[in-house]
Amino acid sequence: MSAAPVSEDSRRSGLRVAVESVGRAADAQARGVRRRVSFVGGLAALLGTTTHWCYRGMFVPGIRLRRAALAGQMVRIGTRAVPIVVLVQVFIGIILALQMAPTLESYGQLERVADVIAIAIVRELGPLITGIVLSGFAGASIAAEIGAMVESEEIKALRAHALNPFHFLVVPRFLATVLSLVGLAVIADVVGVFGGFLTGWWVLDVPAQTYLDLTREALELKDYLTGLFKAGVFGVLIAMIACYEGLHVSGGAVGVGRATTATVVKCIVALIGTDAVFTAVFYAWGI
Amino acid sequence: MPDPAVVISVADLVKSFADTEGGQIRVLDGVTFDVLRGETLVIMGGSGCGKSTLLNCLIGEYQVDSGRILYRTKDMAEPCDITGASEVEFNEIRKRFGILFQSGALFNSLTVAENVALPLEEHSEVDPAVIDFVVTMKLQQVKMLAHRDKLPAQLSGGQKKRAGLARATALDPEILFYDEPSAGLDPVTSAAIDNLMMDLSKKLQVTSVVVTHEMDSAFRIADRMIMLEKGRGLRCGPRREFESLRDTPRETLSDPSDRLINQFLNGHGAGPLTDAEGMTEFEKLIGVR
Repeated sequence: MSAAPVSEDSRRSGLRVAVESVGRAADAQARGVRRRVSFVGGLAALLGTTTHWCYRGMFVPGIRLRRAALAGQMVRIGTRAVPIVVLVQVFIGIILALQMAPTLESYGQLERVADVIAIAIVRELGPLITGIVLSGFAGASIAAEIGAMVESEEIKALRAHALNPFHFLVVPRFLATVLSLVGLAVIADVVGVFGGFLTGWWVLDVPAQTYLDLTREALELKDYLTGLFKAGVFGVLIAMIACYEGLHVSGGAVGVGRATTATVVKCIVALIGTDAVFTAVFYAWGI
Repeated sequence: MPDPAVVISVADLVKSFADTEGGQIRVLDGVTFDVLRGETLVIMGGSGCGKSTLLNCLIGEYQVDSGRILYRTKDMAEPCDITGASEVEFNEIRKRFGILFQSGALFNSLTVAENVALPLEEHSEVDPAVIDFVVTMKLQQVKMLAHRDKLPAQLSGGQKKRAGLARATALDPEILFYDEPSAGLDPVTSAAIDNLMMDLSKKLQVTSVVVTHEMDSAFRIADRMIMLEKGRGLRCGPRREFESLRDTPRETLSDPSDRLINQFLNGHGAGPLTDAEGMTEFEKLIGVR
């Protein structure tokens, strides 16, 4: 007679455990969604504030755009990244040429490797690969630098001296990243096509003049412009993600390390995701 | 704040933070005190008593939950409540105070001289030669002129604090905040920093607010003291009142708050602050739980 209540209790207990685990899982999912929404919202707010301070720095009298800091950041982010961008893009040009060659040769169109490389590099791989390189090269460094400043109370000291951290720190890094990425994308386009040209000419025996003529014919103004537009947007994404992660560092050296890793990962995902959206939109619009 | 001698008036200040379990921890629980013009007020208390939070509220780093913080600098006709002030309004007050942070908080990418020059460059339109002269003068005041071209990474802890002090005084502030000025320093360097603070207070006639738990330093520099415990102001009064409490044998003290302050000031291991048997005397005093 006493078995029935025990069974009832264990059933209730099992049900309670199941409900609790469902609740916990739902709570974890909700927290994850909230964190992501908060991240996107935070990025948007940071972009708004940064744009506001860019405008004030350029057009409001009495507020100086910190040109020396901007120049310093452009050297650090842009100039110092040139060798690595050149190296990577030459390799990309060579890889593309060698990967496409067998297929094109089977159609008897080996010289068309020039068209493929020109379009792929200028519209896509120039800005994208440069953006990915800059995510690691500049994004991680910006996040680590600002994060270390947060930890050493430098940001607090800026505010305490009535200096706005966005104006003082974020704006120069933002402008430098965007301008540098556009400039580096131009270099990447030229160098990537040159890598393909060298491979086409030396390895695939495509006449140099034919290669150059086909490259010129393949490219239109819109190809350059869409590529450079994407490079600018990638620059915005890298700067905002890096500054956001840096400004939200907590937990000392571990927090700084976490911010740099998060910056690189989030930048790469954001860049490729944004690139996919742009490519789809340009395809739909016939651009 | 009717009294013009009052520079900062803090009333019923409450500040809470979210804990990891979704609840709230009340770090400041109705703190009230005034800071008088030209005095050095020491805010003291044990770790976690809320003194750093209080300083962060005073300098506008934290938004308070309730209460008010009124500032009345010399150029202000009416006091300004920073809890409701806009960023622009508060920035005008910020230009009238300087802060020495616990770590010095020097900008690591700038030299010592550039650190001191930065507030001047950003908030004044004076000639670079004048800025250079002021920087030299400020560094001379803190005996750091020989290190003007060094980066913060090349300085010792005491030198960083001196440089931080030079930067804090760059705009000739009316109020100076010090966050644990003796923390991490040997006794000799700590005493030297204290002397420097007293010297600057006298020369520049500034009002100083010092957050510390170093009692030797506190008794050296204070005109008045406030003791915080569990987010509340336990006692606020002149230094001699605290000296008298410190020197009174604790067996003769009957008031629980006096016994608690006596234990803190003397650094005794046993007493109401460290009472592990259930509720401490202080908790009984303030009615926690």
